[in-house]
Amino acid sequence: MAAFLIKRLAQAIFVVIAVTLTVAFAIRLTGDPALMLTQGAGSVTEADLVKIREGLGLNEPFFVQYMNFLKGIVTLDFGRSFLGGTPVSLLIGKALPATLALAFTSLFVSIVISIPLGIKAATARGKWADQMIRILSLVGLSFPNFWLATMLVLLFAIALPLLPPSGMDGFASFIMPAVTMGVILTATNVRLVRTTMLETLRSQYIMVARAKGLSENVVLYKHALRNCAIPLITYFGLQFGGLLGGIVVVERVFNWPGMGTLAFDAVGARDYPVLQAVITVLSLMIIGINLLVDIAYGLVDPRIRTEG
Amino acid sequence: MMQTASKPLLKVEGLSVEFGASRVIDDLSFSVSSGQTVAIVGESGSGKSVTSLSVMRLADMLGANFPAGRILFGTSKGEADLLRLDQKTMRGIRGKEISMIFQEPMTSLNPVFTIGDQVAEILKLHEGKSNTAALAEAKRLLDMVRLPDAAELLTRYPHQLSGGMRQRVMIAMALACKPKLLIADEPTTALDVTIQAQILNILRDLQKDLGTAIIFITHDMGVVAEMADDVVVMWKGKAVEKGAALDIFDKPAHPYTRTLLSAVPKLGSMTGQDFPKRLPLMVLEDGEPRLAGVERVQDTARYSADPLLSVRDLVVRFDIKKSFLGKVTHRVHAVEKVSFDIHPGETLALVGESGSGKSTIGRTIQQLQKATAGNVSFAGKSLSDMTSAERHRLRQDVQYIFQDPFASLDPRKTVGFSIAEPIRTHGLIHSDKEIATTVDALLERVGLTSAHARRYPHEFSGGQRQRICIARALASNPKLIIADEALSALDVSIQAQIINLFMDLQQERGLAYLFISHDMAVVEKMSHRVAVLYLGQIMEFGYRRQVFETPSHDYTRRLLSAVPIADPRQRKQLAAIEGDIPSPVRAVGNEPVRYAREEIAPGHFVARSA
Repeated sequence: MAAFLIKRLAQAIFVVIAVTLTVAFAIRLTGDPALMLTQGAGSVTEADLVKIREGLGLNEPFFVQYMNFLKGIVTLDFGRSFLGGTPVSLLIGKALPATLALAFTSLFVSIVISIPLGIKAATARGKWADQMIRILSLVGLSFPNFWLATMLVLLFAIALPLLPPSGMDGFASFIMPAVTMGVILTATNVRLVRTTMLETLRSQYIMVARAKGLSENVVLYKHALRNCAIPLITYFGLQFGGLLGGIVVVERVFNWPGMGTLAFDAVGARDYPVLQAVITVLSLMIIGINLLVDIAYGLVDPRIRTEG
Repeated sequence: MMQTASKPLLKVEGLSVEFGASRVIDDLSFSVSSGQTVAIVGESGSGKSVTSLSVMRLADMLGANFPAGRILFGTSKGEADLLRLDQKTMRGIRGKEISMIFQEPMTSLNPVFTIGDQVAEILKLHEGKSNTAALAEAKRLLDMVRLPDAAELLTRYPHQLSGGMRQRVMIAMALACKPKLLIADEPTTALDVTIQAQILNILRDLQKDLGTAIIFITHDMGVVAEMADDVVVMWKGKAVEKGAALDIFDKPAHPYTRTLLSAVPKLGSMTGQDFPKRLPLMVLEDGEPRLAGVERVQDTARYSADPLLSVRDLVVRFDIKKSFLGKVTHRVHAVEKVSFDIHPGETLALVGESGSGKSTIGRTIQQLQKATAGNVSFAGKSLSDMTSAERHRLRQDVQYIFQDPFASLDPRKTVGFSIAEPIRTHGLIHSDKEIATTVDALLERVGLTSAHARRYPHEFSGGQRQRICIARALASNPKLIIADEALSALDVSIQAQIINLFMDLQQERGLAYLFISHDMAVVEKMSHRVAVLYLGQIMEFGYRRQVFETPSHDYTRRLLSAVPIADPRQRKQLAAIEGDIPSPVRAVGNEPVRYAREEIAPGHFVARSA
């Protein structure tokens, strides 16, 4: 276990450096933040710009700037935003819970819906219910998320003003963004559950469970589902990473005060510290989720427990 | 034998089962009384497993329909036609009044639940026991099937148990609610003979104690002779013959039963023979059995010639467990100082149970596995002295036939392509036309036709595929063929044909075989010399008569006495060897004892503990 954790930590450090180095380098290619800050400020002299750059620490060589940023990570001090000078940790402290709440709600909704539907499709293989579920999942897969989000807003916020069109304010505000992301997740998850379930149901121990006289629900939800857990957990874990990436679009549409919005605005304003911090936190999240997935393997499957 | 006058417990009348449009069981009738064992025998596709699943009404889940017939069973609430019951009522009968053991003990238990949970589950379901009471009863049941450390076992998971132990857990589970009828579907087919003997003994003893009726489904006539009171012989979905076991073995009436029985290899049937013998086979022609083929003494081994293959002090070990710093802590001692020669035209059999290292030896000779120590030489030249070109060339002289004919042919290539591949790889013939002629000739030699060359593996039966594998092995004109359990997956009638094919090819081409097998009866039929392996070492080695008629090592004797004989008159309490075959995994530094070889007669060697 100790060896495993040390290996994982080394891996995490490597990933964070690789990701942040790429981002820090790439964003500096987009142009000068000083120009951005002084836009529309009337007459700006070259001396003013130099002064601003010095104030932001942009006169240092790239390598020094990057090292300062890394030092910041270790001390949990991500610096201040170029816009308004708010400490970056404060911004992230507000945005991260909003994003996580939305991501987990979507994932949770999708798992709760897709497991029974996927099992139903597997047991009714080739029959009417299976066909319906598969067609619906294909339809769900075909929606682009920004389109779905816009349609939901038009329908439930404007035509029928039932739900708030934007912002995060109470339970009702979660519904539309969570549904938008949940629909697409559910569409893929149903197919995954169906496939792994079909595989498991062919096993001899399922026949044995039925030969014991157990009811179909016990056979499916106790004996079969536990054995589907490894591929499902793997996939849900990967999905969470993709979810954090896809959230930018949905957060924009619903004006959700999360990491996606924060990153989007930071790119627009060439706000280096904010963007670098957002990316770092997100990659740490993904590494953390993968670690949890690996630990979960051992919990659900005794064969992995004894080998590790 | 144990015919009771009372009404039968289970009466199957005119049962037909269909999957879609195909009828797999047609007008089947038989009955089972309490305390009786009825064996249903037949080869693959005869419908014997579907019969058992139909009685359980589990065939429904596989999409079966029952267009005709009745399955009358004396439930605790009176006689009922199981085919008319709904699944909810059936669930009350399954596991409680009729229970079932399956063929594959390795996959019959759910890998993610403990043994205790799985046995207790059925007690909680049918007997309404509390968790604690159910676990206590589960422990008693595990004791009953003679599993050691039952209390400890309750908390273990299936992957920590051997196949034999898992099958005992299955029996404990099946008998938990004291069912009236137990259906055992090939319960010992996947097990080693000594373990099979243990399981058969347990089943027989428990039947005596509990008075359970047993339907025993098997393809193994030896097991039938050992266990059954009555026998139902199935062929293509129909019962072709029914009767008491003694009658069926003594006076088989139906032509199919006669061919089936004649194909069964019987241990001891070759007593007094110095050489293997090619025997004519009984085949069904227009519904009539007819003897086909010649009888010939297989005196092909040329012991005067230099050995074709010499194995000296071969050791093969696999590192398995590593410590925190990557240091090896445990090794599998697969092969420990094994030496033998094979002469041209000779069949040498390596027999042994799982973990004996027999396959590892074959794989090492074929260069699929590196030796840890020792030497293999072919035609006088040591493998370690060979250049890589010579090693490549050796793969042409030595060919391998695997156990599973379904997995050893590429499903996306035509059969002709697969057979031609060794010819192309070794550049034996260059013109496409000549290659095609050679492939056709090979197919015809193994009993297929040239038209088969353009077909794909899935279009063939298991026996035909094994013939294709043999044709492929012959394509490079080898001198030695390693047949690794090559007959084990085949039905007995097909097996008998392939044995004859092997012998004919040996006669024609002077081939040598390294015949790896766990089946003593087949080995007795085929081989010139025999090496008995146990945990990677040769326990006994000698000419066929020496090993089979004067077995001199204790292990050989136990192995031979564990084999069920296909003759109900020779029924015996099978040799009871308690416990499992020990594991060949050892901690580093804990070296196994190596036995010295002692020659007790010319050519007859026995391991003696030092």
